[in-house]
Amino acid sequence: MADHHHPQTLAPVEARIAAIEAVLVEKGILDVDAVDQVVQHFEDNLGPMNGAKVVARAWTDPQYKDRLLEDGTAAIAELGFGGPEGEYVVVLENTPEVHNLVVCTLCSCYPWPILGLPPKWYKAPAYRSRAVREPRKLLAEMGSAIPDDVEIRVWDSSAEARYLVLPMRPGGTEDLSEQELAGVVTRDSMIGVQRL
Amino acid sequence: MSANRPPHRLNPMSPDRGNWAESAVETSYDPAVDGVHDLGGLDGFGPVEHAAGEPMFDADWERRTLRMVLGSIHLVGGAGGRFRHSIERMDPGHYLSSPYYEHWLTGVTTLLVEAGVTTQQELDRRAGGHFPLSQPDRGVLPDDRTSRTTPRYAVGDVVRVRERHPPGHTRAPRYVQGKQGTIIRVDAAANIDDIQAHGGGEVADPLYSVRFTSRELWGEAGTDGDVVHVDLFERYLQEA
Repeated sequence: MADHHHPQTLAPVEARIAAIEAVLVEKGILDVDAVDQVVQHFEDNLGPMNGAKVVARAWTDPQYKDRLLEDGTAAIAELGFGGPEGEYVVVLENTPEVHNLVVCTLCSCYPWPILGLPPKWYKAPAYRSRAVREPRKLLAEMGSAIPDDVEIRVWDSSAEARYLVLPMRPGGTEDLSEQELAGVVTRDSMIGVQRL
Repeated sequence: MSANRPPHRLNPMSPDRGNWAESAVETSYDPAVDGVHDLGGLDGFGPVEHAAGEPMFDADWERRTLRMVLGSIHLVGGAGGRFRHSIERMDPGHYLSSPYYEHWLTGVTTLLVEAGVTTQQELDRRAGGHFPLSQPDRGVLPDDRTSRTTPRYAVGDVVRVRERHPPGHTRAPRYVQGKQGTIIRVDAAANIDDIQAHGGGEVADPLYSVRFTSRELWGEAGTDGDVVHVDLFERYLQEA
């Protein structure tokens, strides 16, 4: 904005959101209470607990796993999950030979219905800049050293697809129920920054 | 650079970039062709500040920002390329020094000002100080805005990403422009963000997942065997 008469003091961010919010409310554009329910829905119902159910089902039902890898969006919808930022989901299977890692270098693309809103570090420059250039070093720093003979496949969510990593089922979980298995699955393992 | 604005003197990478806001009050800064948001492969940002779990919002203003964006984005083109580019047009120093929801606040408010919903002056007055907005949109629409839905390439084809470095929005990251890769997935054609972002409407273009070797992207700094996939529209690609 080519203005030459700005006030010299930067308004705090709290004052800035209050300013634009007041404009929108006064003009009848923003119905705070109605949209609040949407945000509340995000807080209550979106999150990695949904993705964990998808992974646990894939670990216990081979046919479901096949469908999940074939058409992630449809298989995820079978469990009742979908919506904005989940319109087209591609599922990436980790194997003893391949480890998958998801990033969005340009912004913050992330599969909201199954993982929730992205964590801060996923949106921050360090992760976005390094994941595509030195993923092996990055993963080791984050506590998941990947053996040298395992190929790392990085996926930059730069267009329509949103990605979900299907982690390998950890050993020693043979006796767990599907529900108990969901408790083993972490958000980070479904982004690919953690090996279970 | 537009002629009617003072030359920029704000270097986002300079040690004193913490003063971006003070500088931005007096100067305007044309975003570089490759915006500072295009972070893939850049060096120097240090370790990832990782937490295993964290609250959805650090502060109430972040929640209010999400609410404001959800409640008003339909007025300014929805959550596509236009919204993303409103953030990419932020002053680079501001972009790098502000938390994520401040990007949303700045971008959407800029679009609302551009749509005539409010003005810089009104925002400054109500906020009791300067309300920094994004820089003007410098995007240029292509002459050819024909929708295409039949893919020209197939899985296994080797392609090269065009070196376009456009002044506006694109979903072709800088780090793959000019690089050679292999098509590994053909997606349904989708509306290309580069055109929608600058008011050209919905234009379909075939879409692919393209695999690049680490060595192709990073040369001696790369690693053998590792690969990076980027989802790219057909308009970004040419035969290798």
